[in-house]
Amino acid sequence: MSITLISGSYILAGLCFILALAGLSKHETAKRGNLFGMIGMGLALIFTILGTVLATQSGSTTIPAGPSWAIAAILIAMVVGAGIGIFMAVRVEMTGMPQLIALLHSFVGLTAVLVGWNAYFEPVSAGDSLALHHGELFVGVFIGAVTFTGSIIAYLKLSGKMKSKPLMLPHHNLINLAALVVIIGLTVWFVLDPHLWQLIVMTIVSLALGLHLVASIGGGDMPVVVSMLNSYSGWAAAAAGFTLNNDLLIITGALVGSSGAYLSFIMCRAMNRSFISVIAGGFGSDGAVTGEEKDYGEFHETSAPDVASMLKNAGSVVITPGYGMAVAQAQNAVADLTSKLRAMGVEVRFGIHPVAGRLPGHMNVLLAEAKVPYDIVLEMDEINDDFVNTDVVLVIGANDTVNPAAMEDPSSPIAGMPVLEVWNANTVVVFKRSMNTGYAGVQNPLFFKDNTLMLFGDAKERVEDIIKAL
Amino acid sequence: MRIGIPMESAPAETRVAATPKTVAQLVKLGYDVLVEEGAGAKAAYPDSEYVQQGAQIVGRAVVWSADVVCKINPPIDAEVDAMSEGATLIGLIDAPRANDLLHKLAQRRLTVLAMDSVPRISRAQSMDVLSSMANIGGYRAVIEAAHEFGSFFTGQVTAAGKVPPARVFVSGAGVAGLAAIGTAHALGAVVHATDIRPEVAEQVESMGADFVGVKVEEQQASSDGYAKEASAAYAQAAEAMYAEQAKVSDIIITTALIPGRPAPRLITEEMVASMKPGSVIVDMAAGAGGNVAGSVADKMVVTANGVKILGYTDLPARLPTQASQLYGTNVVNLMKLITPGKDGVMVLDMNDVVQRGMTVVSQGEITWPPPPIQVSAAPSAPGAKVEAPVKEAKPRNPMVNWIAMGVCALILLALFWVSPGGLLGHFMVFMLSVVIGYYVIGNVNHALHTPLMSVTNAISGIIIVGALVGLHSVSVSALVAVLSVIGILLASINIFGGFTVTQRMLAMFRKA
Repeated sequence: MSITLISGSYILAGLCFILALAGLSKHETAKRGNLFGMIGMGLALIFTILGTVLATQSGSTTIPAGPSWAIAAILIAMVVGAGIGIFMAVRVEMTGMPQLIALLHSFVGLTAVLVGWNAYFEPVSAGDSLALHHGELFVGVFIGAVTFTGSIIAYLKLSGKMKSKPLMLPHHNLINLAALVVIIGLTVWFVLDPHLWQLIVMTIVSLALGLHLVASIGGGDMPVVVSMLNSYSGWAAAAAGFTLNNDLLIITGALVGSSGAYLSFIMCRAMNRSFISVIAGGFGSDGAVTGEEKDYGEFHETSAPDVASMLKNAGSVVITPGYGMAVAQAQNAVADLTSKLRAMGVEVRFGIHPVAGRLPGHMNVLLAEAKVPYDIVLEMDEINDDFVNTDVVLVIGANDTVNPAAMEDPSSPIAGMPVLEVWNANTVVVFKRSMNTGYAGVQNPLFFKDNTLMLFGDAKERVEDIIKAL
Repeated sequence: MRIGIPMESAPAETRVAATPKTVAQLVKLGYDVLVEEGAGAKAAYPDSEYVQQGAQIVGRAVVWSADVVCKINPPIDAEVDAMSEGATLIGLIDAPRANDLLHKLAQRRLTVLAMDSVPRISRAQSMDVLSSMANIGGYRAVIEAAHEFGSFFTGQVTAAGKVPPARVFVSGAGVAGLAAIGTAHALGAVVHATDIRPEVAEQVESMGADFVGVKVEEQQASSDGYAKEASAAYAQAAEAMYAEQAKVSDIIITTALIPGRPAPRLITEEMVASMKPGSVIVDMAAGAGGNVAGSVADKMVVTANGVKILGYTDLPARLPTQASQLYGTNVVNLMKLITPGKDGVMVLDMNDVVQRGMTVVSQGEITWPPPPIQVSAAPSAPGAKVEAPVKEAKPRNPMVNWIAMGVCALILLALFWVSPGGLLGHFMVFMLSVVIGYYVIGNVNHALHTPLMSVTNAISGIIIVGALVGLHSVSVSALVAVLSVIGILLASINIFGGFTVTQRMLAMFRKA
């Protein structure tokens, strides 16, 4: 098989991937986008496998075919992998999506490490600089290792198998810095005078760095972490592409890498925090919360039947869900309530804060699963001006994202973070388990506003009570 | 302890300080409740219902001998004398104007909690009688006006011709004013409203009225929740605005009260004279001197040009059933606060600003006025507005940016210069892909971020190519082969899992 044919297939695959991402930008074209992704992947796989098992011609030189058992090994590995992947994908609960995605990132990271190691053991193709080759594979292994352990920790935290509280070692920033210095030093040494032990040490240090990096970031910053790891997995693939002189890997890795970086940027902007401060970790746990003892006044409690009659008489209702809705698995009950109210002629819409949930777009997926039509699910900027004309706002499991302190109190830790301005509505009903503070550890003056009513208890049960009372 | 609920002695009073519903709550707090025979009759609460909820129906003397007496209007002398020494009285006192009464109550060694002296802080709102009664008063003011007004409130187009909507002007957007706005709006009138505090414009608009401001360079931020008297320049501008509104309005409802002072005069004789015949004015401040020239407390006055001025001061009492219920609930909320043990024993805590503020006489000692408290709800001085300032990005010198970019470009150029040729080709591909990725993702709908992530996840499984290439050699070492196969397996999980889960998610999104 000709090498140009393989390269040509890579060009087409790269195009397909760009179309895939472009398609994902709108609901109408999203499915087509996913299809393009599959086509691109299929093309790349078929031609790469053929190229591996057949002899390839590059100009006048011929590279002989790989070992005869290769095709069997490849197919078995792929079938097993596909089986595991599809099994997980079909089984996963939508509330468990963040964990799954974090876990998938770890596989890319680990594969990148393996590819980098392979590159070390394999003979370098003629005409390639050995030093450059070594430098590239070092970078690839480094990013891959950080992605791998970072994703594993993110997975453990998101699935609740590990406490989501940030791990605060003393001088944690210094530790990270020291690890980076060691890695850079090893890279330079390895390029000049390569030994296997350097690769081993570097891999271990990188693994530890990824572990520590994510362990010191708290649960509420997970949307940023997950998209950051997404980005890393892309860069890892790109680095592997440089090592192997493979443009398809470079293109795909760069696409994924920049998309993850951009998502992280959106998330950070939604929290009004810099990327560095999120990565440095430890937000809201340093005990220096400025919410000094203040008389916030009294909160007003309400009951499900009262809320029901309020909803019945309302003209427009906005629901602002947060992570608490996912925890209570209340999305189906909320969807039920929505369709009931819509049938009664009440205008119901959803307002989603960009960092609601533990994954970018998490709330949208949950609501979609519960069959809430996506055109009534709006983003913060689309709905913020409408709260003034809204009769009732239901805040379900959200706290910091609806905190007026972000706008009113410059000394608040969340000052300047854009929030859903629910308090402008006529009445706000807050579903909450207790009067505890949110993730940022900041008290929420919203609960004490005169037009706010508190409905305590499990969000799912309370919503079901309301449905019963309707 | 025993709580006594007497029948109100004021002749026009129809309300009662407890209803069967609130009696049940008082009983739950551990109190024995004694209700005077017929106390709730005028408010449509028969004695039998009180008994059902656990109250005893008793005679006048027994009620007044209770440990705690809850009533509405200030007590008359005979009632003060009928109370046992050391007992507690809860009711409206009008402390600023009730010097004599306070002395009399003190002489009897009573403790008096004035329901109309509740501090205006959010925590005390649940027992703020002035608010709950003002709410009813505002509603009733509109109903009274509609009763006297000769036309519809709402505009209609009928076979018999077109009816324009009534134009209602409400002055003062406190609780009463807002209730009046809401009611008038609900009846279909076109409502305008004003208030000396411009910050209430939003509340006015939320109730369905247009806010009419006074155009003058002065603002009032109230620090204690009540309106204050204004300056001369403001008064002039305000007068012009009122004159203008009077000419065009069919109904005017005034609610302006300043605690401890006579009500401000808002509507002059000339303004009344400028109104259309048949117009109606409801002066809710008539009892405190009146906002309207010519209004007489408790009377309807018809002016020479046919404008009716209603000065009723008993508006809440004209809705006795509802008013009693709200008043009774306010009392229950107070009792909850001062019965911490829920055991029927009243405990007053003078360190609590709410309880301290309400206590006008404490065991025979006059404790009015209370030390002033500042309400936290007030925004800090309007001039120094706290606009949650985002950390202001320092306006960086654009030159610095350009220089930094130039330096970066030079460094990159130097690196490219020394790098081997093959790398540059790859680097070109890399840079372009980064840029394309950035622009393509920039347009992605927020709602699709999760599917986007899972699809990029699947795509980054392309690393499988790297693992496959590892097998492309005749002399594959065992180690490389094993590593490659593991890599292929892991990347396959990604590819198939990622695409499948994306497909699953996308299938769930649907349009209404």
